[in-house]
Amino acid sequence: MLELITRFGQVGIGSLQNLGRSGLFLLRVLTRKPDFRRLWPALCIQLHFVGVLSCLIIVVSALFIGMVVGLQGYNTLDKFGASSQLGQLLALSISRELGPVISALLFAGRAGSALTAEIGLMKATEQLASMDMMGVDPLGRIIYPRFLAGIIALPLLSLIFSAVAVYGGYLIGVQWLGVDAGSFWSNMQASVNFRVDVLSGIIKSVVFAFVVIWISVFQGFTCTPTAEGISQATTRTVVYSSLAVLGFDFLLTAMMIGGW
Amino acid sequence: MRTRQRYIEISVGFFMLFGLLGLLTMVMMVSGITEFSSSKGYQVTANFTDIGGLKVRAPVTVAGVKIGEVTRIELQPSQLNARVTMMIRPDKQIPYEDSSARILTEGLLGSNYISIVPGFEDQDNKSHPYLRGGDVIAKTQEAIILENLIGQLLFNVKK
Repeated sequence: MLELITRFGQVGIGSLQNLGRSGLFLLRVLTRKPDFRRLWPALCIQLHFVGVLSCLIIVVSALFIGMVVGLQGYNTLDKFGASSQLGQLLALSISRELGPVISALLFAGRAGSALTAEIGLMKATEQLASMDMMGVDPLGRIIYPRFLAGIIALPLLSLIFSAVAVYGGYLIGVQWLGVDAGSFWSNMQASVNFRVDVLSGIIKSVVFAFVVIWISVFQGFTCTPTAEGISQATTRTVVYSSLAVLGFDFLLTAMMIGGW
Repeated sequence: MRTRQRYIEISVGFFMLFGLLGLLTMVMMVSGITEFSSSKGYQVTANFTDIGGLKVRAPVTVAGVKIGEVTRIELQPSQLNARVTMMIRPDKQIPYEDSSARILTEGLLGSNYISIVPGFEDQDNKSHPYLRGGDVIAKTQEAIILENLIGQLLFNVKK
């Protein structure tokens, strides 16, 4: 019995230590003084990797999610004879919730896991250690551009997601199911407020970008430098970021609805 | 190597462009350019005995057209009624004399809004023909609350 409690305490202390270490790591990355001449090419390559190459999965899933929400919403709203409100349902649910959350989840799976694996492999092949030996700071050279690229890329990706998903809903609702195009757009525009709905979605996706990229970079940087360690770190990245995104989503929504 | 760097830069440029395009779509098509300059205008107040479910940012309309919004609602301690402050767009001039404000409901169960019924334009009152900042709309009509109506109806039916 005492053994069990001891184990429990160890787990608690271990996770707290991890949290503190990741916080210190974040602090050290953020207080880096960037060398802009060096930073730009590296940032460009990372933006290409986490942003441009994630575009396809984001656009395709956005199209399908918009179409599904359109179909489901139409079927439910039509029972009340309120199918003209489809645009409102679609735009609000996508710009406030689905856009930021699903693009963050996809981003964690597509880009976050790859970043963890890349940095982990660098550590396993002792590239990070040799950089340190040469007097090149791995935090500034490897971590910082990836961090920045993730924070820039995810909000843009979630904006693309929202726009494409609304278009997908439009395709289903207006082109296929025959909702009137005028009432679709006008109901949407009347109910969606830029500051309340669109901007809160953007704020959410900035927070998600920060959390996801922090977790994936930290997991890569601190993984056990073996093949098994890298695979575990990659798994942890996806699991932790997904949980953190959903948890923060609840928190942020509660704050935004509560009128901070 | 050079061409690869160039390809990467071009694709990143397009990516940024698409992101901004997404923002533009969300602003123009989805939220329909809500008034960014909603803070401009003049403020008028009106006192209501009961505001029902009126909320801050509820629309203020004349003849059904939105001309402003409610900016503040507070209880006046002396008279125990509600003072509603509303911001009205500066290009909308409403005759001062005899104007009245009513709290109405959109549809049967919709949200509350304020409807201003303009009075007549007073030709004699050259000094103060239109509503201006700080004015108080004297005539008001309180919100119609469905529960009260039902209560009255039931009371009358019993008799």
